[in-house]
Amino acid sequence: MLKVERLVVEHGAIRAIDGISFEVATGSLAAVIGSNGAGKTTLLRTLSGLKESKLGKVWWNGREITGMKPEDLVRRGISHVSEGKSVIPELTVKENLALGGLWRGNKSELAQSIEEVVNLFPRLGERMSQRADTLSGGERQMLAIGRAWVSKPSLLLLDEPSLGLAPLVVEQIFATVSMLCRERGITIVLVEQNAMGALSIADKGIIINLGVIVAQGDAKQLIDDPALRSAYLGY
Amino acid sequence: MQQIINTFLIGISIGSIYSLMALALVLVWRSTRVVNFGQAGQAIVSTYVAWEVVNRSGSYFLAFVFAVAIGGLLGGLIESGLMRTLFKHASEGPIAAVAPVIVTLGLLGVIRAVVGLIWTNEGKRFESPVDTAGFVIGDTTLPFSRLNLLIVVMAAIVMIIFSIVFQKTNLGLSLRAAAYNPEIARLSGIRVSQTRTIGWVFAGAAGGVAGILVTSNDTLTPNSLDTLLVFAFTAAVIGGLESLVGAVVGGLVLGIGLSFILIYLGTSLVFPTAFIVLVLVLLIRPAGIFGVKGARSA
Repeated sequence: MLKVERLVVEHGAIRAIDGISFEVATGSLAAVIGSNGAGKTTLLRTLSGLKESKLGKVWWNGREITGMKPEDLVRRGISHVSEGKSVIPELTVKENLALGGLWRGNKSELAQSIEEVVNLFPRLGERMSQRADTLSGGERQMLAIGRAWVSKPSLLLLDEPSLGLAPLVVEQIFATVSMLCRERGITIVLVEQNAMGALSIADKGIIINLGVIVAQGDAKQLIDDPALRSAYLGY
Repeated sequence: MQQIINTFLIGISIGSIYSLMALALVLVWRSTRVVNFGQAGQAIVSTYVAWEVVNRSGSYFLAFVFAVAIGGLLGGLIESGLMRTLFKHASEGPIAAVAPVIVTLGLLGVIRAVVGLIWTNEGKRFESPVDTAGFVIGDTTLPFSRLNLLIVVMAAIVMIIFSIVFQKTNLGLSLRAAAYNPEIARLSGIRVSQTRTIGWVFAGAAGGVAGILVTSNDTLTPNSLDTLLVFAFTAAVIGGLESLVGAVVGGLVLGIGLSFILIYLGTSLVFPTAFIVLVLVLLIRPAGIFGVKGARSA
Protein backbone atom coordinates (compact mmCIF):
# COMPACT_ATOMS: atom_id res chain seq x y z
CA MET A 1 0.00 0.00 0.00
CA LEU A 2 1.05 3.57 -0.72
CA LYS A 3 0.45 5.74 2.30
CA VAL A 4 0.94 9.50 2.30
CA GLU A 5 0.62 11.30 5.62
CA ARG A 6 0.30 15.06 6.10
CA LEU A 7 2.66 15.80 3.23
CA VAL A 8 3.84 19.41 2.88
CA VAL A 9 5.91 20.56 -0.09
CA GLU A 10 7.05 24.11 -0.77
CA HIS A 11 8.38 25.94 -3.82
CA GLY A 12 10.28 28.71 -2.08
CA ALA A 13 7.68 30.72 -0.20
CA ILE A 14 4.76 29.01 -1.93
CA ARG A 15 3.20 25.96 -0.30
CA ALA A 16 2.40 23.71 -3.28
CA ILE A 17 1.20 20.75 -1.22
CA ASP A 18 -0.42 21.59 2.08
CA GLY A 19 -0.81 18.64 4.40
CA ILE A 20 -2.12 16.00 2.00
CA SER A 21 -2.93 12.51 3.33
CA PHE A 22 -4.23 9.54 1.33
CA GLU A 23 -3.78 5.83 0.76
CA VAL A 24 -3.72 3.74 -2.39
CA ALA A 25 -4.28 0.00 -2.00
CA THR A 26 -1.77 -2.36 -3.60
CA GLY A 27 -2.83 -3.35 -7.10
CA SER A 28 -5.33 -0.52 -7.46
CA LEU A 29 -5.43 2.57 -9.66
CA ALA A 30 -5.80 6.03 -8.13
CA ALA A 31 -6.52 9.06 -10.30
CA VAL A 32 -5.33 12.43 -8.98
CA ILE A 33 -7.43 15.16 -10.53
CA GLY A 34 -7.17 18.92 -10.39
CA SER A 35 -6.72 22.05 -12.42
CA ASN A 36 -3.40 23.63 -13.46
CA GLY A 37 -1.36 24.63 -10.42
CA ALA A 38 -3.34 22.38 -8.07
CA GLY A 39 -0.16 20.56 -6.99
CA LYS A 40 -0.61 17.27 -8.86
CA THR A 41 2.78 17.22 -10.55
CA THR A 42 4.52 18.39 -7.37
CA LEU A 43 2.85 15.52 -5.52
CA LEU A 44 4.18 12.92 -7.99
CA ARG A 45 7.66 14.49 -8.04
CA THR A 46 7.74 14.27 -4.26
CA LEU A 47 6.60 10.64 -4.27
CA SER A 48 9.36 9.72 -6.75
CA GLY A 49 12.06 11.60 -4.82
CA LEU A 50 12.62 14.38 -7.35
CA LYS A 51 11.27 16.99 -4.94
CA GLU A 52 11.99 17.16 -1.22
CA SER A 53 9.09 17.43 1.19
CA LYS A 54 9.06 19.95 4.00
CA LEU A 55 6.92 17.85 6.34
CA GLY A 56 5.03 14.59 6.29
CA LYS A 57 5.83 10.99 5.53
CA VAL A 58 5.41 8.50 2.71
CA TRP A 59 5.34 4.71 3.01
CA TRP A 60 5.38 2.12 0.28
CA ASN A 61 4.54 -1.49 1.19
CA GLY A 62 5.08 -0.77 4.88
CA ARG A 63 8.52 0.87 4.52
CA GLU A 64 9.07 4.56 4.87
CA ILE A 65 10.47 6.09 1.69
CA THR A 66 10.34 9.79 2.62
CA GLY A 67 13.37 11.68 1.32
CA MET A 68 14.80 8.77 -0.65
CA LYS A 69 16.50 9.50 -3.98
CA PRO A 70 14.74 8.63 -7.27
CA GLU A 71 17.47 6.14 -8.24
CA ASP A 72 16.99 4.30 -4.93
CA LEU A 73 13.20 4.33 -5.25
CA VAL A 74 13.47 2.68 -8.68
CA ARG A 75 15.28 -0.17 -6.92
CA ARG A 76 12.29 -0.38 -4.53
CA GLY A 77 9.90 -0.78 -7.43
CA ILE A 78 8.73 2.82 -7.83
CA SER A 79 8.79 4.17 -11.37
CA HIS A 80 7.79 7.67 -12.43
CA VAL A 81 6.82 8.72 -15.95
CA SER A 82 7.11 12.48 -15.70
CA GLU A 83 5.05 15.06 -17.55
CA GLY A 84 5.78 15.71 -21.23
CA LYS A 85 6.63 12.33 -22.76
CA SER A 86 9.51 11.44 -20.53
CA VAL A 87 11.94 10.02 -23.05
CA ILE A 88 15.43 11.07 -24.10
CA PRO A 89 15.03 12.37 -27.68
CA GLU A 90 18.68 11.86 -28.64
CA LEU A 91 18.63 8.14 -27.81
CA THR A 92 17.07 5.41 -29.93
CA VAL A 93 13.84 3.70 -28.94
CA LYS A 94 15.77 0.60 -27.86
CA GLU A 95 18.22 2.66 -25.80
CA ASN A 96 15.36 4.51 -24.08
CA LEU A 97 13.77 1.21 -23.18
CA ALA A 98 17.06 -0.30 -22.02
CA LEU A 99 17.60 2.64 -19.65
CA GLY A 100 14.81 1.38 -17.43
CA GLY A 101 16.58 -1.91 -16.76
CA LEU A 102 20.26 -0.90 -16.64
CA TRP A 103 20.32 -0.82 -12.85
CA ARG A 104 19.48 -4.54 -12.68
CA GLY A 105 22.58 -5.44 -14.68
CA ASN A 106 20.94 -8.58 -16.04
CA LYS A 107 21.08 -8.66 -19.84
CA SER A 108 18.67 -11.56 -20.40
CA GLU A 109 16.09 -10.06 -18.03
CA LEU A 110 16.47 -6.73 -19.81
CA ALA A 111 15.97 -8.31 -23.24
CA GLN A 112 12.88 -10.10 -21.95
CA SER A 113 11.43 -6.88 -20.51
CA ILE A 114 12.00 -5.06 -23.81
CA GLU A 115 10.27 -7.93 -25.61
CA GLU A 116 7.28 -7.52 -23.28
CA VAL A 117 7.10 -3.80 -24.12
CA VAL A 118 7.18 -4.61 -27.83
CA ASN A 119 4.27 -7.01 -27.31
CA LEU A 120 2.47 -4.24 -25.43
CA PHE A 121 3.24 -1.57 -28.05
CA PRO A 122 4.03 -3.27 -31.39
CA ARG A 123 4.63 0.10 -33.06
CA LEU A 124 7.71 0.59 -30.89
CA GLY A 125 9.04 -2.75 -32.12
CA GLU A 126 9.06 -1.40 -35.66
CA ARG A 127 11.06 1.66 -34.60
CA MET A 128 13.68 0.21 -32.26
CA SER A 129 16.67 1.77 -34.02
CA GLN A 130 15.02 5.17 -34.62
CA ARG A 131 15.85 8.15 -32.44
CA ALA A 132 13.04 8.98 -30.02
CA ASP A 133 12.68 12.48 -31.46
CA THR A 134 11.47 10.97 -34.74
CA LEU A 135 8.43 9.42 -33.01
CA SER A 136 4.95 10.90 -32.85
CA GLY A 137 3.62 12.24 -29.56
CA GLY A 138 1.64 9.07 -28.93
CA GLU A 139 4.59 6.83 -29.69
CA ARG A 140 6.78 8.84 -27.33
CA GLN A 141 4.24 8.38 -24.56
CA MET A 142 4.18 4.64 -25.27
CA LEU A 143 7.97 4.68 -25.09
CA ALA A 144 7.92 6.54 -21.78
CA ILE A 145 5.52 3.98 -20.28
CA GLY A 146 7.60 1.21 -21.85
CA ARG A 147 10.76 2.52 -20.20
CA ALA A 148 8.99 2.52 -16.85
CA TRP A 149 7.70 -1.00 -17.53
CA VAL A 150 11.24 -2.28 -18.20
CA SER A 151 12.22 -1.22 -14.68
CA LYS A 152 9.60 -3.74 -13.42
CA PRO A 153 7.72 -1.38 -11.13
CA SER A 154 5.28 -2.36 -8.42
CA LEU A 155 4.18 1.28 -8.13
CA LEU A 156 3.86 3.36 -11.29
CA LEU A 157 3.48 7.15 -11.08
CA LEU A 158 2.09 8.58 -14.32
CA ASP A 159 1.97 12.32 -14.91
CA GLU A 160 -0.55 13.42 -17.53
CA PRO A 161 0.06 10.67 -20.09
CA SER A 162 -2.80 12.01 -22.26
CA LEU A 163 -1.38 15.53 -22.56
CA GLY A 164 -1.40 16.78 -26.15
CA LEU A 165 -2.44 13.47 -27.68
CA ALA A 166 -5.21 12.73 -30.18
CA PRO A 167 -8.41 11.22 -28.66
CA LEU A 168 -7.81 7.80 -30.23
CA VAL A 169 -4.27 7.65 -28.85
CA VAL A 170 -5.51 8.79 -25.43
CA GLU A 171 -7.99 5.89 -25.45
CA GLN A 172 -5.18 3.46 -26.22
CA ILE A 173 -2.94 4.90 -23.50
CA PHE A 174 -5.72 4.72 -20.89
CA ALA A 175 -6.54 1.14 -21.95
CA THR A 176 -2.89 0.19 -21.49
CA VAL A 177 -2.69 1.89 -18.10
CA SER A 178 -5.82 0.06 -16.99
CA MET A 179 -4.43 -3.25 -18.27
CA LEU A 180 -1.12 -2.74 -16.40
CA CYS A 181 -3.10 -2.39 -13.19
CA ARG A 182 -5.78 -5.08 -13.73
CA GLU A 183 -3.71 -7.77 -15.44
CA ARG A 184 -0.18 -7.12 -14.19
CA GLY A 185 -1.13 -6.03 -10.66
CA ILE A 186 0.82 -2.78 -10.71
CA THR A 187 -0.33 -0.09 -8.30
CA ILE A 188 -0.81 3.11 -10.30
CA VAL A 189 -1.12 6.76 -9.32
CA LEU A 190 -2.37 8.58 -12.40
CA VAL A 191 -2.25 12.37 -12.44
CA GLU A 192 -4.58 13.80 -15.09
CA GLN A 193 -6.40 16.89 -16.25
CA ASN A 194 -8.59 14.63 -18.34
CA ALA A 195 -10.76 13.99 -15.28
CA MET A 196 -13.46 11.87 -16.87
CA GLY A 197 -10.99 9.67 -18.73
CA ALA A 198 -8.84 9.07 -15.67
CA LEU A 199 -11.71 8.47 -13.22
CA SER A 200 -13.41 6.08 -15.63
CA ILE A 201 -10.48 3.63 -15.35
CA ALA A 202 -9.59 4.35 -11.70
CA ASP A 203 -10.60 2.60 -8.48
CA LYS A 204 -10.07 5.69 -6.42
CA GLY A 205 -10.24 9.39 -7.17
CA ILE A 206 -8.35 12.13 -5.36
CA ILE A 207 -9.32 15.70 -6.20
CA ILE A 208 -6.75 18.37 -5.38
CA ASN A 209 -7.15 22.12 -5.39
CA LEU A 210 -4.42 24.58 -4.39
CA GLY A 211 -2.39 21.87 -2.67
CA VAL A 212 -5.25 20.50 -0.60
CA ILE A 213 -7.40 17.40 -1.12
CA VAL A 214 -10.97 18.57 -1.57
CA ALA A 215 -12.46 15.13 -2.09
CA GLN A 216 -11.31 11.52 -2.28
CA GLY A 217 -13.08 8.21 -2.52
CA ASP A 218 -14.46 5.66 -4.93
CA ALA A 219 -13.90 6.91 -8.48
CA LYS A 220 -17.38 6.00 -9.69
CA GLN A 221 -18.99 7.87 -6.78
CA LEU A 222 -16.90 10.97 -7.52
CA ILE A 223 -18.03 10.87 -11.15
CA ASP A 224 -21.64 10.70 -10.03
CA ASP A 225 -21.42 13.52 -7.48
CA PRO A 226 -23.06 16.53 -9.17
CA ALA A 227 -21.45 19.11 -6.85
CA LEU A 228 -17.94 17.79 -7.50
CA ARG A 229 -18.65 17.40 -11.19
CA SER A 230 -19.53 21.04 -11.63
CA ALA A 231 -16.92 22.42 -9.20
CA TYR A 232 -13.84 20.38 -10.07
CA LEU A 233 -14.42 17.95 -12.90
CA GLY A 234 -15.58 20.54 -15.42
CA TYR A 235 -18.56 18.77 -16.95
CA MET B 1 53.71 17.95 -55.85
CA GLN B 2 56.19 16.86 -53.19
CA GLN B 3 55.49 20.05 -51.26
CA ILE B 4 51.73 19.34 -51.30
CA ILE B 5 52.33 15.82 -49.96
CA ASN B 6 54.65 17.18 -47.28
CA THR B 7 52.13 19.83 -46.28
CA PHE B 8 49.46 17.15 -46.10
CA LEU B 9 51.65 14.96 -43.84
CA ILE B 10 52.44 17.91 -41.57
CA GLY B 11 48.69 18.53 -41.41
CA ILE B 12 48.02 14.95 -40.34
CA SER B 13 50.69 15.21 -37.62
CA ILE B 14 49.28 18.45 -36.24
CA GLY B 15 45.70 17.32 -36.76
CA SER B 16 46.11 14.09 -34.81
CA ILE B 17 47.38 16.14 -31.86
CA TYR B 18 44.28 18.35 -32.08
CA SER B 19 42.21 15.17 -32.32
CA LEU B 20 43.53 13.75 -29.07
CA MET B 21 42.68 16.84 -27.06
CA ALA B 22 39.38 17.23 -28.91
CA LEU B 23 38.52 13.66 -27.87
CA ALA B 24 38.99 14.66 -24.23
CA LEU B 25 36.70 17.70 -24.69
CA VAL B 26 34.05 15.58 -26.43
CA LEU B 27 34.21 12.94 -23.68
CA VAL B 28 33.38 15.51 -21.00
CA TRP B 29 30.72 17.08 -23.20
CA ARG B 30 29.05 13.72 -23.89
CA SER B 31 29.12 12.80 -20.20
CA THR B 32 28.11 16.08 -18.59
CA ARG B 33 27.24 18.70 -21.26
CA VAL B 34 30.14 20.84 -20.09
CA VAL B 35 32.86 22.28 -22.32
CA ASN B 36 35.84 21.76 -20.04
CA PHE B 37 38.28 24.60 -20.65
CA GLY B 38 40.26 23.28 -17.69
CA GLN B 39 41.17 20.23 -19.76
CA ALA B 40 44.48 21.77 -20.85
CA GLY B 41 45.35 22.44 -17.21
CA GLN B 42 44.53 18.87 -16.21
CA ALA B 43 46.69 17.56 -19.07
CA ILE B 44 49.53 19.86 -17.99
CA VAL B 45 49.49 18.37 -14.48
CA SER B 46 49.51 14.78 -15.74
CA THR B 47 52.28 15.64 -18.22
CA TYR B 48 54.47 17.23 -15.52
CA VAL B 49 53.97 14.12 -13.38
CA ALA B 50 54.97 12.03 -16.40
CA TRP B 51 58.05 14.22 -16.85
CA GLU B 52 59.00 13.55 -13.21
CA VAL B 53 58.52 9.81 -13.72
CA VAL B 54 60.69 9.80 -16.85
CA ASN B 55 63.40 11.75 -15.01
CA ARG B 56 63.39 9.43 -12.00
CA SER B 57 62.81 6.05 -13.65
CA GLY B 58 63.92 6.61 -17.23
CA SER B 59 60.87 4.67 -18.38
CA TYR B 60 58.62 6.43 -20.88
CA PHE B 61 56.12 3.58 -20.65
CA LEU B 62 55.79 4.03 -16.87
CA ALA B 63 55.44 7.78 -17.41
CA PHE B 64 52.68 7.14 -19.93
CA VAL B 65 50.80 4.94 -17.44
CA PHE B 66 51.19 7.65 -14.79
CA ALA B 67 49.97 10.35 -17.20
CA VAL B 68 46.81 8.37 -17.96
CA ALA B 69 46.22 7.48 -14.28
CA ILE B 70 46.85 10.99 -12.95
CA GLY B 71 44.75 12.50 -15.75
CA GLY B 72 41.85 10.21 -14.86
CA LEU B 73 42.24 10.73 -11.13
CA LEU B 74 42.37 14.49 -11.50
CA GLY B 75 39.27 14.44 -13.74
CA GLY B 76 37.39 12.39 -11.14
CA LEU B 77 38.46 14.66 -8.29
CA ILE B 78 37.49 17.84 -10.15
CA GLU B 79 34.06 16.44 -10.99
CA SER B 80 33.29 15.04 -7.55
CA GLY B 81 34.87 17.88 -5.59
CA LEU B 82 33.96 20.91 -7.70
CA MET B 83 31.58 20.31 -10.60
CA ARG B 84 29.12 18.21 -8.55
CA THR B 85 28.76 21.04 -6.02
CA LEU B 86 28.37 23.50 -8.88
CA PHE B 87 25.62 21.43 -10.52
CA LYS B 88 23.84 21.18 -7.18
CA HIS B 89 23.77 24.93 -6.58
CA ALA B 90 23.67 26.37 -10.11
CA SER B 91 21.63 23.91 -12.12
CA GLU B 92 18.73 26.18 -13.03
CA GLY B 93 18.28 29.49 -14.83
CA PRO B 94 20.76 31.42 -16.99
CA ILE B 95 23.63 30.78 -14.56
CA ALA B 96 23.40 27.04 -15.29
CA ALA B 97 24.82 27.60 -18.78
CA VAL B 98 27.47 30.11 -17.78
CA ALA B 99 28.73 28.74 -14.47
CA PRO B 100 30.56 25.64 -15.82
CA VAL B 101 32.37 27.78 -18.43
CA ILE B 102 33.51 30.28 -15.80
CA VAL B 103 34.55 27.56 -13.37
CA THR B 104 36.53 25.53 -15.91
CA LEU B 105 38.27 28.66 -17.22
CA GLY B 106 39.11 29.61 -13.64
CA LEU B 107 40.32 26.08 -13.05
CA LEU B 108 42.72 26.38 -15.98
CA GLY B 109 44.21 29.55 -14.45
CA VAL B 110 44.50 28.04 -10.98
CA ILE B 111 46.12 24.83 -12.24
CA ARG B 112 48.64 26.77 -14.34
CA ALA B 113 49.56 28.92 -11.34
CA VAL B 114 49.97 25.92 -9.03
CA VAL B 115 52.00 24.02 -11.64
CA GLY B 116 54.24 27.09 -12.02
CA LEU B 117 54.77 27.18 -8.25
CA ILE B 118 55.70 23.50 -8.10
CA TRP B 119 57.76 23.08 -11.27
CA THR B 120 58.59 26.77 -12.05
CA ASN B 121 57.84 28.39 -15.42
CA GLU B 122 61.15 27.29 -16.88
CA GLY B 123 60.71 24.97 -19.85
CA LYS B 124 61.35 21.26 -19.31
CA ARG B 125 62.62 19.18 -22.16
CA PHE B 126 60.57 16.04 -22.81
CA GLU B 127 62.33 13.42 -24.89
CA SER B 128 60.39 11.39 -27.43
CA PRO B 129 60.08 7.64 -26.84
CA VAL B 130 60.56 6.94 -30.56
CA ASP B 131 62.63 8.30 -33.42
CA THR B 132 61.63 11.82 -34.44
CA ALA B 133 63.43 11.79 -37.77
CA GLY B 134 61.09 11.70 -40.76
CA PHE B 135 60.52 8.49 -42.69
CA VAL B 136 62.74 8.22 -45.75
CA ILE B 137 61.31 7.10 -49.09
CA GLY B 138 63.99 6.83 -51.77
CA ASP B 139 66.07 9.94 -51.34
CA THR B 140 63.21 11.97 -49.87
CA THR B 141 62.80 12.54 -46.13
CA LEU B 142 59.15 13.00 -45.29
CA PRO B 143 58.05 15.48 -42.58
CA PHE B 144 56.37 12.56 -40.81
CA SER B 145 58.19 10.60 -38.12
CA ARG B 146 57.59 7.54 -35.96
CA LEU B 147 56.44 9.94 -33.23
CA ASN B 148 53.86 11.42 -35.62
CA LEU B 149 52.71 7.91 -36.50
CA LEU B 150 52.48 7.02 -32.80
CA ILE B 151 50.26 10.05 -32.17
CA VAL B 152 47.98 9.20 -35.11
CA VAL B 153 47.69 5.59 -33.92
CA MET B 154 47.02 6.63 -30.31
CA ALA B 155 44.30 9.07 -31.42
CA ALA B 156 42.68 6.24 -33.38
CA ILE B 157 42.96 3.81 -30.44
CA VAL B 158 41.49 6.32 -27.95
CA MET B 159 38.67 7.06 -30.39
CA ILE B 160 37.87 3.38 -30.99
CA ILE B 161 37.99 2.42 -27.30
CA PHE B 162 35.70 5.23 -26.18
CA SER B 163 33.38 4.85 -29.19
CA ILE B 164 32.85 1.23 -28.15
CA VAL B 165 32.35 2.22 -24.51
CA PHE B 166 29.82 4.93 -25.38
CA GLN B 167 27.87 3.10 -28.08
CA LYS B 168 28.06 -0.55 -27.09
CA THR B 169 28.09 -0.76 -23.30
CA ASN B 170 25.60 -0.14 -20.52
CA LEU B 171 28.05 2.30 -18.95
CA GLY B 172 28.13 4.27 -22.19
CA LEU B 173 24.34 4.38 -22.32
CA SER B 174 24.26 5.57 -18.71
CA LEU B 175 26.83 8.26 -19.50
CA ARG B 176 24.83 9.54 -22.47
CA ALA B 177 21.52 9.44 -20.60
CA ALA B 178 22.99 11.27 -17.60
CA ALA B 179 24.34 13.94 -19.93
CA TYR B 180 21.22 14.38 -22.07
CA ASN B 181 18.64 14.32 -19.32
CA PRO B 182 19.78 13.78 -15.74
CA GLU B 183 16.20 13.69 -14.43
CA ILE B 184 15.05 10.87 -16.69
CA ALA B 185 18.33 9.08 -16.04
CA ARG B 186 17.68 9.23 -12.29
CA LEU B 187 14.09 8.08 -12.77
CA SER B 188 15.54 5.12 -14.68
CA GLY B 189 17.70 4.16 -11.70
CA ILE B 190 21.00 5.59 -12.95
CA ARG B 191 23.24 7.09 -10.28
CA VAL B 192 23.91 10.28 -12.20
CA SER B 193 26.58 11.79 -9.93
CA GLN B 194 28.81 8.70 -10.05
CA THR B 195 28.20 8.32 -13.77
CA ARG B 196 29.32 11.90 -14.41
CA THR B 197 32.46 11.31 -12.36
CA ILE B 198 33.29 8.31 -14.56
CA GLY B 199 32.86 10.54 -17.64
CA TRP B 200 35.39 13.02 -16.24
CA VAL B 201 37.78 10.20 -15.37
CA PHE B 202 37.63 8.99 -19.00
CA ALA B 203 38.18 12.50 -20.34
CA GLY B 204 41.01 13.15 -17.90
CA ALA B 205 42.72 9.93 -18.98
CA ALA B 206 42.33 10.85 -22.67
CA GLY B 207 43.69 14.33 -21.91
CA GLY B 208 46.62 12.67 -20.12
CA VAL B 209 47.40 10.70 -23.30
CA ALA B 210 47.16 13.91 -25.34
CA GLY B 211 49.41 15.85 -22.97
CA ILE B 212 52.29 13.38 -22.88
CA LEU B 213 52.24 12.67 -26.61
CA VAL B 214 51.95 16.30 -27.62
CA THR B 215 54.85 17.27 -25.37
CA SER B 216 57.09 14.39 -26.45
CA ASN B 217 60.15 15.90 -28.15
CA ASP B 218 58.99 19.34 -27.09
CA THR B 219 59.31 21.80 -24.22
CA LEU B 220 56.90 21.63 -21.33
CA THR B 221 55.75 24.82 -19.57
CA PRO B 222 52.62 25.60 -17.53
CA ASN B 223 51.12 27.30 -20.62
CA SER B 224 52.32 24.93 -23.32
CA LEU B 225 48.95 23.33 -23.97
CA ASP B 226 46.85 26.53 -24.05
CA THR B 227 46.95 27.06 -27.81
CA LEU B 228 46.28 23.38 -28.32
CA LEU B 229 43.08 23.79 -26.29
CA VAL B 230 41.80 26.48 -28.67
CA PHE B 231 42.53 24.39 -31.78
CA ALA B 232 41.12 21.25 -30.11
CA PHE B 233 37.90 23.09 -29.29
CA THR B 234 37.66 24.25 -32.90
CA ALA B 235 38.30 20.68 -34.07
CA ALA B 236 35.59 19.34 -31.75
CA VAL B 237 33.08 21.90 -33.06
CA ILE B 238 33.99 21.10 -36.69
CA GLY B 239 33.47 17.38 -36.10
CA GLY B 240 30.47 17.85 -33.84
CA LEU B 241 30.73 17.93 -30.05
CA GLU B 242 28.58 14.80 -29.88
CA SER B 243 30.87 12.62 -31.93
CA LEU B 244 34.15 10.94 -31.02
CA VAL B 245 34.75 10.16 -34.68
CA GLY B 246 33.91 13.80 -35.37
CA ALA B 247 36.62 14.91 -32.91
CA VAL B 248 39.24 12.93 -34.81
CA VAL B 249 38.02 13.95 -38.26
CA GLY B 250 37.61 17.57 -37.12
CA GLY B 251 41.17 17.54 -35.77
CA LEU B 252 42.56 16.13 -39.01
CA VAL B 253 40.54 18.52 -41.22
CA LEU B 254 41.68 21.49 -39.13
CA GLY B 255 45.29 20.29 -38.98
CA ILE B 256 45.54 19.71 -42.72
CA GLY B 257 43.75 22.98 -43.54
CA LEU B 258 45.93 25.02 -41.20
CA SER B 259 49.15 23.40 -42.44
CA PHE B 260 48.29 24.53 -45.99
CA ILE B 261 47.65 28.04 -44.66
CA LEU B 262 50.94 27.89 -42.76
CA ILE B 263 53.04 26.73 -45.72
CA TYR B 264 51.39 28.72 -48.51
CA LEU B 265 50.11 31.89 -46.81
CA GLY B 266 52.21 32.31 -43.67
CA THR B 267 52.13 31.81 -39.90
CA SER B 268 50.21 34.99 -39.11
CA LEU B 269 47.06 33.71 -40.82
CA VAL B 270 46.87 30.39 -38.96
CA PHE B 271 45.07 31.57 -35.83
CA PRO B 272 42.62 33.92 -37.63
CA THR B 273 41.77 31.11 -40.06
CA ALA B 274 40.97 28.74 -37.19
CA PHE B 275 38.72 31.39 -35.68
CA ILE B 276 36.95 32.06 -39.00
CA VAL B 277 36.43 28.31 -39.49
CA LEU B 278 34.97 28.06 -35.99
CA VAL B 279 32.52 30.89 -36.65
CA LEU B 280 31.55 29.54 -40.07
CA VAL B 281 30.84 26.07 -38.69
CA LEU B 282 28.74 27.54 -35.90
CA LEU B 283 26.79 29.60 -38.44
CA ILE B 284 26.35 27.03 -41.19
CA ARG B 285 26.36 23.69 -39.43
CA PRO B 286 26.34 24.18 -35.64
CA ALA B 287 26.00 20.45 -35.04
CA GLY B 288 29.29 19.87 -36.88
CA ILE B 289 30.14 17.38 -39.63
CA PHE B 290 29.01 14.35 -37.62
CA GLY B 291 26.31 16.06 -35.58
CA VAL B 292 22.76 14.86 -35.91
CA LYS B 293 20.13 17.39 -36.78
CA GLY B 294 16.42 17.40 -37.31
CA ALA B 295 13.73 16.08 -35.03
CA ARG B 296 10.03 15.50 -35.32
CA SER B 297 8.19 18.20 -33.48
CA ALA B 298 5.26 16.11 -32.33
